Amino acid sequence: MNENLFTSFSTPTLMGLPIIIMIIAFPALLYPTSNRLISNRIRTLQQYLINLILKQMMAIHSPKGRTWSLMLMSLIIFIASTNLLGLLPHTFTPTTQLSINLGLAIPLWAGAVILGFRYKFKTSVSHFLPQGTPILLIPMLIIIETISLFIQPMALAVRLTANITAGHLLMHLIGAATLALFSISTSTALITFIILLLLTMLEFAVALIQAYVFTLLVSLYLHDNT
Amino acid sequence: MASVIRGECPSPVPLKEKRLLDVRIAELPSWVLMRDFTPTGIAALPAPFGRGYDRYYNKYVNVGEESVAGVSMVLAACVGFSYCLSYKELQHERLRKYH
Repeated sequence: MNENLFTSFSTPTLMGLPIIIMIIAFPALLYPTSNRLISNRIRTLQQYLINLILKQMMAIHSPKGRTWSLMLMSLIIFIASTNLLGLLPHTFTPTTQLSINLGLAIPLWAGAVILGFRYKFKTSVSHFLPQGTPILLIPMLIIIETISLFIQPMALAVRLTANITAGHLLMHLIGAATLALFSISTSTALITFIILLLLTMLEFAVALIQAYVFTLLVSLYLHDNT
Repeated sequence: MASVIRGECPSPVPLKEKRLLDVRIAELPSWVLMRDFTPTGIAALPAPFGRGYDRYYNKYVNVGEESVAGVSMVLAACVGFSYCLSYKELQHERLRKYH
């Protein structure tokens, strides 16, 4: 069982060819485009949701920060769709791979930080020292703040990976437990099945929340630096 | 003129615009080389993967009375495809008395 547990997270190959590129590009098919102002139901629904998220997320930014709107919207839509698609049975979720999450987190964080250091050097450097610290603590605090700055992309990536992977693993385990308990004692299997249902609902929420948190943090880093 | 004597009729439709089933076998290599893949379906280049996407979209998703059916067919195909991919690992998980 131990080997079976982690095989669902291995990179999918079709006769030796890695098709992960197709799997990452797949959510793009679910968001149709059109030249019209008013389209069919699915486009209207998507437009409504994207507008809702856009207004809520970009309200705190200055005009310079709002140039990142496209990037942040694409990010949240990508993460939310890949997480939700991963809840379908047997599918592969790209966001369970640390490589992909690092590939998302590091460039975005680095872009925000470099932007801040390039255009507002004093403000960016002043973030390293909170107001009103005693003089003796200053060197230590600067070191701590530097470390916390460099940990931000790692934390972003690992948070997303760990949450989604842990959720999938728990569902696997509890599902296997339900199946194994079914022949032994049906009432316990029923309880386990109810736990599985609740966990699935949690996973839906986690899929969306993690996307939101990721994007929100990137936008916060951006806000600090613009 | 020589092709008419041999018994073939000259094709009225230019070779470039024919579909695959209308092309004669003798014309196949030049057809494959002449085909251009860039113009996509209905609008200039909105769809990710060309005409196939547009055809599916217009037939099943972009109808007047929309429902979940158009998108759920795609998701069901996705599930089926992933099942086929992971069949090798799933073989061990059948319901058997002795594993």
